[in-house]
Amino acid sequence: MTERALPSREVSRRPSARAWRRLEQNRLARVSLGIVALMTLACFLLPALLHLDPMTTHPAFRHQPPSAAHWFGTDGLGRDYAARVLMGGQTSLLVGLVATLTCVVIGVLYGAAAGYYGGKVDEVMMRFVDFLYGIPYMFLVILIMLMFSESARGNPLPVFVALGLVEWLTMARVVRGQVLTLREREFVLAARLLGAGDFRVIVRHIVPNVLGIVTVYATLTVPTVIILESFLSFLGLGLKLSWGQLVSEAVSVVNPIAFFWWLLAFPSGFLALTLLSLNVVGDGLRDAVDPRGQR
Amino acid sequence: MSAAEGLTVAAGVAVLGAVAWLPPRATRVLGALFGGLVAFAVGRAVWGVTGGVVAGLALAAVLGRYGPATVLRRLTFLVPSLLLLVFVTTLLMYHAPGSPFAGEKVASAQVEAALRAHFGIPHSAVEFFGIYLRRLLVEGSLGPSVKVQGRTVEALLAPALPVSLTLGLLALMLASAGGLLLGIHAGLKPSSWSDSVSTVLSALGLSLPSFVIGSVLMVVFSLQLHWFPVAGWGGFRQLVLPSVTLALPYAAYIARLARGGTIEVMNEDFIRTARAKGLSETAVVLRHALKGAILPVVSFLGPAAAGIMTGSFVVETLFGIPGMGQWFVRGAINRDYSVVLGTALVYATLVTAFNLAVDLAYAWLDPRIRSRP
Repeated sequence: MTERALPSREVSRRPSARAWRRLEQNRLARVSLGIVALMTLACFLLPALLHLDPMTTHPAFRHQPPSAAHWFGTDGLGRDYAARVLMGGQTSLLVGLVATLTCVVIGVLYGAAAGYYGGKVDEVMMRFVDFLYGIPYMFLVILIMLMFSESARGNPLPVFVALGLVEWLTMARVVRGQVLTLREREFVLAARLLGAGDFRVIVRHIVPNVLGIVTVYATLTVPTVIILESFLSFLGLGLKLSWGQLVSEAVSVVNPIAFFWWLLAFPSGFLALTLLSLNVVGDGLRDAVDPRGQR
Repeated sequence: MSAAEGLTVAAGVAVLGAVAWLPPRATRVLGALFGGLVAFAVGRAVWGVTGGVVAGLALAAVLGRYGPATVLRRLTFLVPSLLLLVFVTTLLMYHAPGSPFAGEKVASAQVEAALRAHFGIPHSAVEFFGIYLRRLLVEGSLGPSVKVQGRTVEALLAPALPVSLTLGLLALMLASAGGLLLGIHAGLKPSSWSDSVSTVLSALGLSLPSFVIGSVLMVVFSLQLHWFPVAGWGGFRQLVLPSVTLALPYAAYIARLARGGTIEVMNEDFIRTARAKGLSETAVVLRHALKGAILPVVSFLGPAAAGIMTGSFVVETLFGIPGMGQWFVRGAINRDYSVVLGTALVYATLVTAFNLAVDLAYAWLDPRIRSRP
């Protein structure tokens, strides 16, 4: 480890800038961040730039292995697999992003309120969280998905909402723990003495102070959500074209006679690479935001 | 959502919260009562009414007299949360489009009304909740299945429960044994082979959906090497691949936790003391470090059990295993209300029972917690 950052310089910076510097020194996290960025750009720009078409079927070219014309081969209906994998990436990344945003909003507000009011309010609010924790989350997701079912298949909104609605629990717990200690600090007292109401104290003084840890857990939530979506796809309740759906389609055609390896390898490779990078970035962020907790 | 439904949910949450305010004595009485109630329900399903009454009374008496406060508190929380779970699930199902009777055959209004009366599925969710509860408590039945004609839900779940339980417990044992061994070894010798293995394993476990891992295992060990059968249920050999698939992500996470815990414990003062008084390294690890290393893992076992049950939905589908997950998914898709509720109840009770066991184990391992009320 290079110890370039002198303590005096570190102290003079804002906490977020300090955390960013520490993240920059973590080479693995830096590379992973690059991979995530590249993957996002590829999935969102390449299909448009290269005029890739994930839907047109070519019955004469079914199950073609990768070639110059079709980089990732073709699927059982002769559709270009590269286009499908990239478009699937768009959906999966969007699911990850939107569901995580949902869960951040719910989790931060809920956790901040529970921690800020403390006492019995906190106990009741966290009991409700415990209650939800006790239910295998797939139940909730499937049940919420049913509310929107058939007519809305292909409309990604229900999946986003359902996944966000079950994933906020950990976020709420983490935020609550932080807020419990924050609310005893002098600056909160000062704000209250100056006449700030509860809402203002929470939004202006408490929430900014938990953003670091929230970023960490949000980064770690994205891969969880993407995996959950793939479970839903596997059970036939997911989205139309996502990595999870491609992978589960590939799994369903596994048979002892012919193994179309590209159908499984490309989407699961892309999926694994993205999720792995996100996890590494999340771990790196955790170390950067909270250097004492390094494990 | 109608006013009655909204009020009932609010009341449920309020009750759930209100039990937190109970004074210790009331917690003791209510906890024992609820424990007895659950024992009665389970006992009646297994041994009939008399057995249920005996089991319920016995457990209530033992709990009221000797039950530790943590257990009783969890029990006071258990029954309201199960009720809330049933009601919220009912609501979600009633508000989902479609109904158990919206099949391909279009029934006339009278036929549908007769069917609804026969299966006890009225148009209102609140009424259904009442019928369901009465059936559950008075008759001790989870209700008839609409789609599997002539069978009750308990008859459907009875053969499936041991299957899911076997698979889940085996996976949990594999995950904790494998994860602990790997994690502790990695924690004692950071940057050794076990450290690399646990890093790679947790990377894999966290970044690939279990059905991908499962199907790769299937291709390699069943289709190529012919070591294990591809799918199905019955023999021990059919158990290996599904339980490994199910265990892998959790083994990875447990290994990470155990590694962290071990590293932390090994820096403690009491470890230095133990070494200083001349204990061998093995004795230091086994007698002093192990407990500390296990603690974070034990607290993860509760969520892990819930997760493994969820994961078993997918693994059961992949390997064609006749467990409970298939009934939930099928029931949800078919709008077979009683099947969904029955599975949800069984799963939730199992998870709570497991969390209870974890709480007890945690208190036993960590004396700092034991002293707290």
